[in-house]
Amino acid sequence: MIEFAGWEMPLHYGSQIDEHHAVRRDAGVFDTSHMLALDVEGAGARAFLRHALANDVARLQRPGSALYSCLLAEDGGILDDLMAYLLDEARFRLVVNAATALPDLAWLERLQGAAAVELRPRRDLAMLAVQGPRARDKFRAALPELASGAGAFVAPTGYTGEDGLELLLPAGQAPQAWQRLLAAGVRPCGLGARDTLRLEAGLNLYGQDMDAGVTPFECGLAWTVALEGARDFVGRRALLGRHARFQRLGLVLESGGGVLRSHCPVRSAHGEGVVTSGSFSPTMQKSIALARLPGAAGPCERAQVELRGKRLDARIVKPPFVRRGKVLV
Amino acid sequence: MNVPETLRYTATHEWVRKEADGTLSVGITDHAQDALGELVFLELPEPGRKLAAGEACAVVESVKAASDVYAPLAGEVVASNAALKEEPGQLNKDPYGAWLFRLKPAEGADLAKLLDAAAYRKRFT
Repeated sequence: MIEFAGWEMPLHYGSQIDEHHAVRRDAGVFDTSHMLALDVEGAGARAFLRHALANDVARLQRPGSALYSCLLAEDGGILDDLMAYLLDEARFRLVVNAATALPDLAWLERLQGAAAVELRPRRDLAMLAVQGPRARDKFRAALPELASGAGAFVAPTGYTGEDGLELLLPAGQAPQAWQRLLAAGVRPCGLGARDTLRLEAGLNLYGQDMDAGVTPFECGLAWTVALEGARDFVGRRALLGRHARFQRLGLVLESGGGVLRSHCPVRSAHGEGVVTSGSFSPTMQKSIALARLPGAAGPCERAQVELRGKRLDARIVKPPFVRRGKVLV
Repeated sequence: MNVPETLRYTATHEWVRKEADGTLSVGITDHAQDALGELVFLELPEPGRKLAAGEACAVVESVKAASDVYAPLAGEVVASNAALKEEPGQLNKDPYGAWLFRLKPAEGADLAKLLDAAAYRKRFT
């Protein structure tokens, strides 16, 4: 067990690597109740979120649909990344990171002003992420009543690069749901596997691959900024005036020599960079990393990473490394 | 935690076993592998390298973190377990079978100065 953003959480339930493989090949479940669900309700909810978020919730038309977005400061820096779900026309649900939950809420309350919206933190809800190629089948077998849409909110999202779903339900019902998923052959997975899965999937971790000092254009999230039209969202003006200082790319350590870690210095033909997240990829059996590299660097080039005083040869790639069980780089 | 009686130990979690030919096999303890988590990479000293007691001479790296391995006694490396590099997970499965390297102890290097099982157990388990 480790401390994570004020929560006591399991790093693994026995084997981080086996848990990783279970999600790539079969089905695993993560208790992600540390993340905060924040409901945004009222006649002005859509207009409020179209202003508050860098991605455009106008894209959410069908109840249950999901949108990934950054929450930006006025200067274009990333305050958090989140999932936004449409519950119904007057109700959205945001799921934000645990460590940033309170500052996010304070920020949104400030933006709220006189808007016709109510912000409701939902600490009464627990969250389980069921992930893997067999996640949906096993979820339906384990919890047929929830799968039919009664008593829980089921979102088609996750943080692993596999098919699956995320389940928000009253906290008191979560232990039984968890036990029934396990009884149906879903493997319990800890934070360790969650980190190697998201890294293989090329998904940023807030506080590591991005923070308030970085814009979406500097960490591979340009696709999440909806610039079309004249929508006035927080950070828009600053983003358009800011020059991207670096880009986010991936590194694969082809020849071994160690495991890449955050803060390892990187040298490329175009200048220096730094690893923001690095680990061992259980799927590729190699060390991989996300890194900040000069804008001119590109996939297929080589870079050298400094690790314990040695310079190791790495290949630059465009993440994701692995999706849906397949190696892509 | 498994701490075999027949081995000697260091405060930095290496174990040492005296082989029939007088060389010393060195590995990491059950306690060490458990604390590190699943091992995925090893760096081992080359045969012929002369080590001082306490010198950092190998690296064991898990999904979580990298850790140095220190020479328990002064000596010359006579073998390193190359096969283990292909399968670092053996260190988790069988910490006392999976040796990292073998040392020919230097003149005066005294195995009896290392911790015995009772002393190691008392300090760390």
